[in-house]
Amino acid sequence: MPCVRPDGTLSGSGRSMLEAVQTEMTAAEVVVKIGMPLYLVRSGLREMIDAGLVSEVGERFSQTEKGAEKAQQAS
Amino acid sequence: MTMIEESEARIGLPRLNEPAPAFEAVTTHGPLRLSDFEGSWLILFSHPADFTPVCTTEFMAFAEIYPELQKRGAALLGLSIDSVFSHIAWVRNIEEKTGVKIPFPVIADLDRKVATAYGMVMPGESKTETSRCVFVIDPQGVLRAMIYYPLTTGRNMDEIVRLIDALQTADANKVATPANWRPGDKVIVPAPTTTELAEERTGAGYECTDWYLCKKSL
Repeated sequence: MPCVRPDGTLSGSGRSMLEAVQTEMTAAEVVVKIGMPLYLVRSGLREMIDAGLVSEVGERFSQTEKGAEKAQQAS
Repeated sequence: MTMIEESEARIGLPRLNEPAPAFEAVTTHGPLRLSDFEGSWLILFSHPADFTPVCTTEFMAFAEIYPELQKRGAALLGLSIDSVFSHIAWVRNIEEKTGVKIPFPVIADLDRKVATAYGMVMPGESKTETSRCVFVIDPQGVLRAMIYYPLTTGRNMDEIVRLIDALQTADANKVATPANWRPGDKVIVPAPTTTELAEERTGAGYECTDWYLCKKSL
């Protein structure tokens, strides 16, 4: 599911994913945490990396500073 | 010959037991890549066009087997040469008219890149629509089975589930499956490749018609 709308706000699945990576985790761990299929989690995390909200280090994902701000605004 | 036709003529059909052609595509669930499905089985299927009768019955039937495929670790991904807006309108229409929710993503392949890579357009049948193709791709991204049906004929969903069961059983047990096999039926032990192995078959506890055709229960 697209996670970031054209106006920069997050969709429901985008919010769930961004909240999940508040603590660093793998895509498979995100699947367990939010119950979405792995292919959608991979696609969504990629989209949020492109938007500068998430970073990936060694297959582990976490919020960037910008992502943490966005998560706070969305909650 | 147009550029698209030339490109399709060059590329040809994908082949079994070779890596499935990679793609990145616009879908009703956002942009997806083949690699996003790595680690799970994928059933990539095409239909001729949105808002057409046979395709509508097929989408409802694919939605019906979706839970069974999920139990087997298999994802579904549809495709046609229509826009994502057409796909969205059609899946909403199916839900509104029949109550069936379409739970899987559908590729909007307007530039025909995926259809061309997988040989889904059969110009003898239609130059503008994809035929009813099914590609089974394993968790390593290898193309394991292909089914092609013509525009006139809706697919048999039982066979698609059976095919996944058969491939997973073959992989897990290093066996083959006979005609019309169903889970729980006896499976075929690979034929021996030497006379010594053929002789050793005797007394191995298999149900043998002859040395080359032996079955066993799992």
